[in-house]
Amino acid sequence: MSAEIGHFALIVAAVLALGQSVFPMAGAARRHGALMSLGGTLATGQFVFVSIAFGALTWAFVTSDFSVANVVQNSHSAKPLLYRITGVWGNHEGSMVLWCLILALFGACVAWFGDNVAPGLRARVIAVQGMIGLAFLAFILLTSNPFDRVNPMPADGRGLNPILQDPGLAFHPPLLYLGYVGFSVTFAFAIAALLEGRVDAAWGRWVRPWALAAWSFLTLGIALGSWWAYYELGWGGFWFWDPVENASFMPWLVGTALLHSAIVAEKRDALKSWSILLAILTFSLSLLGTFLVRSGVLTSVHTFATDPERGLFILAILAVTIGGALALYAWRAPALKGGGLFRPISREGALIVNNLLMTVAALTVLFGTLYPLIVDALGLGKISVGPPYFNATFVPLMAPLILAMGIAPFLPWKRADLAGALDRLKLLVAVTVGAAAIVVFLEERHSFAAALGIGLAVWAIGASVLELAGRVRLFRAPFGESLRRAAAMPRSAWGMTLAHAAAGVVVTGITASSVWQTEIVRVMKPGDRAEVAGYTVAFAGVQEVRVGNYLARRGRFTVSESGVALATLSPEKRVYLPQRTPTTEAAIRTTWFSDLYIVLGDPHGEGGHAVRLYHNPLVPWIWIGAVLMFLGGMVSLTDRRHRVGAPRRSVRPVQARPAEA
Amino acid sequence: MPSRRLLYLAPLAVFAVIAAAAAFYLQSGRDPRLLPSALIDKPAPAFSAPGLEYNGKTIRQGVESTSFKGRITILNFFASWCTPCLVEHPQITALSKTPSVALVGINYKDKPADAANWLARHGNPYARIGVDPAGEIAPEFGLYGVPETFLIDRVGRIRLKQVGPITAQVLKEKILPAIEALKK
Amino acid sequence: MRGAAALILLALFVAVAAPSPPASAIGPGEALEDAKLEDRARVIGRQLRCLVCQNQSIDDSDAPLARDLRRLVRKRLTAGDDDRQVIAYIHARYGDFVLLRPPVDERTWLLWFGPALALLAALAFLFRRLRRPRTAVTAEALSPEEAARADVLLGDRGDEP
Repeated sequence: MSAEIGHFALIVAAVLALGQSVFPMAGAARRHGALMSLGGTLATGQFVFVSIAFGALTWAFVTSDFSVANVVQNSHSAKPLLYRITGVWGNHEGSMVLWCLILALFGACVAWFGDNVAPGLRARVIAVQGMIGLAFLAFILLTSNPFDRVNPMPADGRGLNPILQDPGLAFHPPLLYLGYVGFSVTFAFAIAALLEGRVDAAWGRWVRPWALAAWSFLTLGIALGSWWAYYELGWGGFWFWDPVENASFMPWLVGTALLHSAIVAEKRDALKSWSILLAILTFSLSLLGTFLVRSGVLTSVHTFATDPERGLFILAILAVTIGGALALYAWRAPALKGGGLFRPISREGALIVNNLLMTVAALTVLFGTLYPLIVDALGLGKISVGPPYFNATFVPLMAPLILAMGIAPFLPWKRADLAGALDRLKLLVAVTVGAAAIVVFLEERHSFAAALGIGLAVWAIGASVLELAGRVRLFRAPFGESLRRAAAMPRSAWGMTLAHAAAGVVVTGITASSVWQTEIVRVMKPGDRAEVAGYTVAFAGVQEVRVGNYLARRGRFTVSESGVALATLSPEKRVYLPQRTPTTEAAIRTTWFSDLYIVLGDPHGEGGHAVRLYHNPLVPWIWIGAVLMFLGGMVSLTDRRHRVGAPRRSVRPVQARPAEA
Repeated sequence: MPSRRLLYLAPLAVFAVIAAAAAFYLQSGRDPRLLPSALIDKPAPAFSAPGLEYNGKTIRQGVESTSFKGRITILNFFASWCTPCLVEHPQITALSKTPSVALVGINYKDKPADAANWLARHGNPYARIGVDPAGEIAPEFGLYGVPETFLIDRVGRIRLKQVGPITAQVLKEKILPAIEALKK
Repeated sequence: MRGAAALILLALFVAVAAPSPPASAIGPGEALEDAKLEDRARVIGRQLRCLVCQNQSIDDSDAPLARDLRRLVRKRLTAGDDDRQVIAYIHARYGDFVLLRPPVDERTWLLWFGPALALLAALAFLFRRLRRPRTAVTAEALSPEEAARADVLLGDRGDEP
């Protein structure tokens, strides 16, 4: 029964989405207040009904209702409850429902918290949200119904792909979708502004919190995925330039650019049509990611089952959504008036450098991801574009970006004196160069890449600290006054400082773990010892265990340092039962400054096992940094001026239309 | 300013190209896993594989790449542990009966005992069998896995490569016509 | 000042060697005794695709084919090939698809140089725009009083990023 309720709720939601696309839009065009406010009601309704559908699907999974085809294909009664729930979005159909749920949630949020947005603009935003919702609900209903029944009902399900049976999966897709789909709001704001034919500083202010929220979730989602790959895929890597990783990274890059250009749009009334374009592109790239994962044009660890029909449907959605938005942009944007003027060397200039490098970086990733596809489609053969390409093109863009990031907060708006700013930073410049020099000359590998990475990290963190110290006049004013200043500092300033420093933390982690990793690969027999980066790892042996729905060979390793026992680590090789799929579970001991990472391999010779031992210095900083970035976003979001729905005088100059008739 | 207008059209143009490529790709029904061989029309790599021996008995003589000259050769990589090899075995057997074609096998990463038993049970159509126990010859031929089959012409050039089992359809539509073409 | 900045940028572009992704799937007994040669084998391994895997290099993969190719790389290195020759050897047998760093040819010009060209074009565009409208727009937009007021304002500094 729950399946029928769910299916019905999806249909109702689609009908409501249709209304949501039409009425507020018509209302905004005719300045009809009642029609416009109907949009909010319909958005709430759409959210309620998609929630019912999602709840019904979850119920089917939790109760192992094997009369539902989707449950049969992706669940199993022996699965723990957590993975029966996360299994809801561990497959194509269910994850689309989650996607629509989050989209409907954002649409409803605009209705609930968007009181401060001019009614006409808000009505159009809600209508655009409705259109996107309608397209994807239609996609689910027409090609990917999760509530299809199966007859006769099988005794049990086929189980969820074992590598997805992990707590990491429970949160990776929802967070990622909060990010992807969150950018639908900024997209809708862009379309609404183009339809109105007007973008002003207020637009920038309204868009910023939404962009900030989506960006924060996307940051966390990507980091979680990378962490999951690190501990689950079993060879200690954390980023593979996999097409689907790239698909989540591109909206992050352009979204980061948008975050910064929207500041210029708000503060200086400049970069407006550029910000509109970024808002369109960010969500377009999110949609592109959806297309790549589900159409089967790419082979990747992330892709769902291939189905060309679905691929064409999503492509059609993309063509209408992105094509329509860009066409609207080409038509309306040239008429937008440019705003505040500034010199190349200024805060605006630095933010433009950010925008330019972020966008070109996204372009690089886009090229690398799609190029093999295009070459193949043109019949020019099969080529691969892998990490060597991305490292060669991406890293040179990130280096000047981080330099600019450090100095930008020291530049005033409009016109700045670079020499003067550098003069204020001369101590930091010296420390940065010194750190890089130490890495090159004193460290045994003499790695320039390491020197660059460490130098940039020192620069980013140091500049953030100096910027904060300057704001609170640390050591220049009495300490009490510094504290008062710190407390009075806008939350958005704290957020920026935190996020910028966090970027330095991430760079430190990536650099150190890439350059100074220690790796030992050998056959170990019970009783054997290995030395890794000062630790002694002793192999105690392997035992066979059966846990829940898998069998495992579990290794036992004791870790000690200078004779003091520190930990026992148990890496596993598992075989999940319904499908007999093998997985590798690394065992990790982290100190927050480094990880000892042990992977148990196959039996080798008489009683021996292949064992891989890694010491990854500072690798946790990659994720610590990402979490700090997320927190920076959140802190900034709590800024009084950003708080969604906070009563505030409209900044719009000519908003006195008789719209609320 | 028309040039400025054009600038605003650029994103749309880029998107149109990408969308067209994606649509074309989806419509073409191409399998992204299907790969062309780099060795087509190139001379077969030089190698020398010892014969398959089991229980002190030589089951077949080994294979030298020099022996490819002067006749049309079908070179088939197989293994007893490979299930698709069993699928193509009837077609391989049929190929061995094709006049003026030499059928040569390379036994890939196999134990001689397993290979001998497999051939005893399913029939041994190969004129010669070289062994590649450590998988050293395979990468010379750009092998992905087993089974893979190469058609080599009279001057020792690779003319066709089949990745995966030769089904009855592949035999009829791809392999046999190619052999006929080489005979002319 | 600008010249110096350009020089720094250039130096950065040149100095950046791609950071090596950590770790590998290499098994016991595979590594060469000669540490220098083994390091080279690793670098080469990361540039070759494991063709039967999903977006992994032969250095990352447990697949038998990856293992065979790793051994072939080491065999060629021991035979005295230089890095380029080893990659060419495998390229000749497995085709373009095996190269994770796509070859620079007419098919990939856009891939390799497209982003850099886009960056240069955008920079050129920006410099033109930021320099010119100063005369074009402000000349008619600002009266002397406004200009004076603007000068006062130009000294201001936003308190918020």
